[in-house]
Amino acid sequence: MLEGVKHVVLVLSGKGGVGKSTVSTQLALTLKEAGFKVGLLDVDLCGPSIPYLLNLEGKDVHQSTKGWVPVYADEEQKLAVMSIGFLLKNRNDGVVWRGPKKTGMIKQFLTDVVWEDIDYLIIDTPPGTSDEHITVMENLRSVKCDGAVIVTTPQAVAVDDVLREVTFCRKTGIPIIGIVENMSGFVCPTCSECTNIFSSGGGQALAEMVKVPFLGRIPIDPAVGKLADKGQSILVTLPDSELARIFRRLIEQITRSKEA
Amino acid sequence: MADVKTEVPEHCPGTQSEDAGKASACAGCPNQTICSSGEANKIDPGIELVKERLLSVKHKILILSGKGGVGKSTITSLVSRALAADDLERNVAVLDIDICGPSQPRVLGVLGEQVHQSASGWSPVYIEDNLSLMSIGFLLGSASDAVIWRGPKKNGMIRQFLSDVDWGSLDYLILDTPPGTSDEHLSATSYLKAAGITGALVVTTPQEVALLDVRKEIDFCNKVKIPIIGIIENMSAFICPKCKNSAEIFPASTGGGRQLAKDLNIEFLGSIPLDPLLARCCDEGKNFMTEMPDSPVVAVLSPMIQRIIQKCEKTEVSSAVDD
Repeated sequence: MLEGVKHVVLVLSGKGGVGKSTVSTQLALTLKEAGFKVGLLDVDLCGPSIPYLLNLEGKDVHQSTKGWVPVYADEEQKLAVMSIGFLLKNRNDGVVWRGPKKTGMIKQFLTDVVWEDIDYLIIDTPPGTSDEHITVMENLRSVKCDGAVIVTTPQAVAVDDVLREVTFCRKTGIPIIGIVENMSGFVCPTCSECTNIFSSGGGQALAEMVKVPFLGRIPIDPAVGKLADKGQSILVTLPDSELARIFRRLIEQITRSKEA
Repeated sequence: MADVKTEVPEHCPGTQSEDAGKASACAGCPNQTICSSGEANKIDPGIELVKERLLSVKHKILILSGKGGVGKSTITSLVSRALAADDLERNVAVLDIDICGPSQPRVLGVLGEQVHQSASGWSPVYIEDNLSLMSIGFLLGSASDAVIWRGPKKNGMIRQFLSDVDWGSLDYLILDTPPGTSDEHLSATSYLKAAGITGALVVTTPQEVALLDVRKEIDFCNKVKIPIIGIIENMSAFICPKCKNSAEIFPASTGGGRQLAKDLNIEFLGSIPLDPLLARCCDEGKNFMTEMPDSPVVAVLSPMIQRIIQKCEKTEVSSAVDD
């Protein structure tokens, strides 16, 4: 399983809508910019967002003698993507599946996709601590998993669920690379007043409480949302933004700890 | 996790299907004999139990969204509080079936409360005299406890919530759901099949990446034949508290919830603006409507609630005529 993959990084959060898929895509794009060959696997089967975020909707997965050929996001074939979104006939179709069927699909994603010479495989997950997560964790036991990047938003209601995800990682032995706090503060485009719409500091407080590295605070920036579906790295589109800085640091952290 | 060790064949036709136990993929599956005997296809006795238990519950409403973090739990709390406050004779209850991420105990301000067992079942936790709540959050030992369960265990828990909670006589039972179209949703809808679901309120945020998942949820509702009461758009515009200018934080590049409702011929119930104080009230478990009566959120909410009541009671009448 995953023979051609050197490192695996999970993107997790107990809470939905906090930006897991945005972080996953940006992480993948930034690693690619840094010269690595990257794979991005979307195991959110009921709500796949990766094809949309990378502007790859409507692309098809092909079957080869070796297995499923992922969709490449670039011509140099340095970013390979796999998502159930590529297998649906219509983008509005719901995937109404119970756990066992989801488990089967994820196993296939892990065993049957031809990831060739990938330096980093980023796995984007749905919210929760259930079938998808248990399946990924069980199957990664035989593969070395570098760890998980945990995404949260600052408000207590999100931190509650993310704390449960930390417990999941601890119980199942997945190392935590760190916590990212997303949607922290909004700077008014008219008067530059910063409002903490979803409060602030919750992610940092959580990181301190559970003693894992705090990777940074990402403010709400509608420009990011607008660029989100263009499939471009934030390092290229907004190189001086806070977000770009956080991702540079994140990449540094991920690549440094692995090279040793 | 060790309790459910299901090695399912890749092309499992599904235990409920006609091919269960007979398809080529079933060869070698440890459950093949059970499936081929038809045992798995029998009607779950839970459905009748749930029906009996919910006989004195008039309206059952699901709060749904394919997407996470759009405000399902916030809207559940606002709608249930408004329904209860609007008429003190109206009995309202909330059932939180988000098993892995229960938010209702915090949002409704009853964090740390406990559920008591009596001869007639589990007693829910009361927020007001006419507003009660049941959530897995009450059953966990500590705030950091994770519920690491596969589908079948979640299914069992939801069944217990529906059949074993002593709700008393209710006008409205509001079910808050997790994101997605999977076990929790299928369990709730199948257990409520005999008891009947009044309808679903679908929550979305304006940006396309959320609408994408919400369309899938609507497809789910159509597949399992749940009527949709309407679509609510949350986090629409943000009004800067300093300069009062409005900003679109989650841009509705494809027309937002309103366009979605129009495209799919579903009623659009309204847009709730982003108010940082609402997020704070939810975190602190306070009643937003009494704390911030002047907020634009409250102004949008009142007609929305009246419309929901109107539609639910009308449904009741029309179904009575059909009978």
